[in-house]
Amino acid sequence: MSDLSDLYQELILDHQKNPRNFGQLDHPNHHAEGFNALCGDRISLDLLTDASGVIQDVKFKGSGCAISKASASMMTAALKGKKVDEAELIYRQFHDLVTGKSAPESGEALGKLKVFAGVRDYPARVKCASLAWHTLEAALHDDQKVVSSDEEEA
Amino acid sequence: MAPNPSALSPVFETARYRKDFPILGQLVHGHPLVYLDNAATTQKPLSVIEATDRYYRETNSNIHRGVHLLSQKATEAYEAARERTRAFLNAESANEIIFTRGATEGINLVAQTWGRKNIGFGDEIVLSCLEHHSNIVPWQMLAEEKGARIRVAPIDDDGEFLLDEYKKLLSDKTKLVAVTQVSNALGTVTPIAEIIRLAHDKGAAVLVDGAQAVAHLRVDVRALDCDFYVFSAHKLYGPTGVGALYGKLKTLNAMPPYQGGGDMIATVTFEKTTYKKSPYKFEAGTPNIAGGVALTAALDYVAAVGLPAIAAHERDLLVYGTEKLSGIPGLTIIGRAKEKAGVISFTLGDIHPHDIGTILDRQGVAIRAGHHCAQPVMDRFGVPATARASFALYNTREEVDALEAAVRKVLEVFN
Repeated sequence: MSDLSDLYQELILDHQKNPRNFGQLDHPNHHAEGFNALCGDRISLDLLTDASGVIQDVKFKGSGCAISKASASMMTAALKGKKVDEAELIYRQFHDLVTGKSAPESGEALGKLKVFAGVRDYPARVKCASLAWHTLEAALHDDQKVVSSDEEEA
Repeated sequence: MAPNPSALSPVFETARYRKDFPILGQLVHGHPLVYLDNAATTQKPLSVIEATDRYYRETNSNIHRGVHLLSQKATEAYEAARERTRAFLNAESANEIIFTRGATEGINLVAQTWGRKNIGFGDEIVLSCLEHHSNIVPWQMLAEEKGARIRVAPIDDDGEFLLDEYKKLLSDKTKLVAVTQVSNALGTVTPIAEIIRLAHDKGAAVLVDGAQAVAHLRVDVRALDCDFYVFSAHKLYGPTGVGALYGKLKTLNAMPPYQGGGDMIATVTFEKTTYKKSPYKFEAGTPNIAGGVALTAALDYVAAVGLPAIAAHERDLLVYGTEKLSGIPGLTIIGRAKEKAGVISFTLGDIHPHDIGTILDRQGVAIRAGHHCAQPVMDRFGVPATARASFALYNTREEVDALEAAVRKVLEVFN
């Protein structure tokens, strides 16, 4: 049995209490909305990329549980200054991390995001951790529909 | 024979009843299971589990069509379930009891048959703010198809149904009132008899959603004089996948059939089909026979314990739990109606109910966290979700203590 502190790590609690990059951008060139019908979690994500495909700025707004809020906050912190294809790589590694498809210590692109490894032991919470990331995918692909991680395959 | 002393005891013998529910003996994450998600579904006593098992071992056959012994026995058992359900609701005739998959299907059946025939352009359907999505969406679908209008009776800050406001919504345009007897999200018991009387004064029909009521209140559809009443067996210690719709016989016989298929027809040619009468007109296909048999066992179980005794026991847990939880800093109970079933819906500061649910689960305490399929109720109180503990006959004060301790642990994690 995993301990509660494996899920609610200090860093996660810190980000949920003091979310970074909270708000909206004045002139984003990518945007998407995420919604989990099951829990009512909502996120609105703005991205600004430059001509060379580097993420210059990113902000999010929304409401949700500690896991979804901290995930969104730490995602925005990790994305700034990254190229879009690096962001895609982090997205895939994060997905594998929280769904248990990869070893908890793997995913070299993840850095601090590895604190979410504990989520794999809480299947009901995988979609909370994933919502921001699905929204990121939609924003980068300029998918206009509101995304949901309810159909999470894990 | 000397009377059983326990039969004379005013004490509700929870410990004895708990032994009837095998699932309650297990550990969850290393802690004794504290099951407080009874408004979602109740656990099943051995008698219900064994009735299902026995049916498949000894009786299984298709109903209403075989001349052989097993088919006759299965038919008798299924029709006995209908009679048992009639008695439970105090309906006049067993032909007024239609078996469905559950309350949701019962409501959809009424919307698709009675509704499509009787609701037209400009007509109004009155719901309440307390409704579960299953008593909203079928009416919205119907209203959209027919150009009818949905009106919503409001509630106050305690979650009380506002009769005066409801009265103002009723008019000659009102064709149907569809209201719950007990709110799943808040526990509010609505003044259903008065709601029905006022609707009938305007000539409107009334459907009562009894999904949350049947396990806690004695229901008498004739005393209520409702036109339709629906419930699900699984919230009443019975199996999933079966429920009942009650309707007044005159109304049912004037309704078109629901689904087409076997068992609902009198004669079929490629030119024309004639239908059976209620209830068979509404029961196409092979039904959930084992479910019906198990429902009988569930109704017998509840009758043996006694609904008034169950209600009194749950009332005690509600009062005790309300007091215990109210002492936790930052905890707000949503829904404080004077008449409440055993439901405590709450928020805890700005901690999301899903985090509360996860932390409680790790201590063996099972509650519901979310919008409870009642988003309009959540919107009314300006919260995206709540945590909800709901009681059944097998819950104890010790379990309420475990709930309180587990909620305090949430505060520790988030300090």
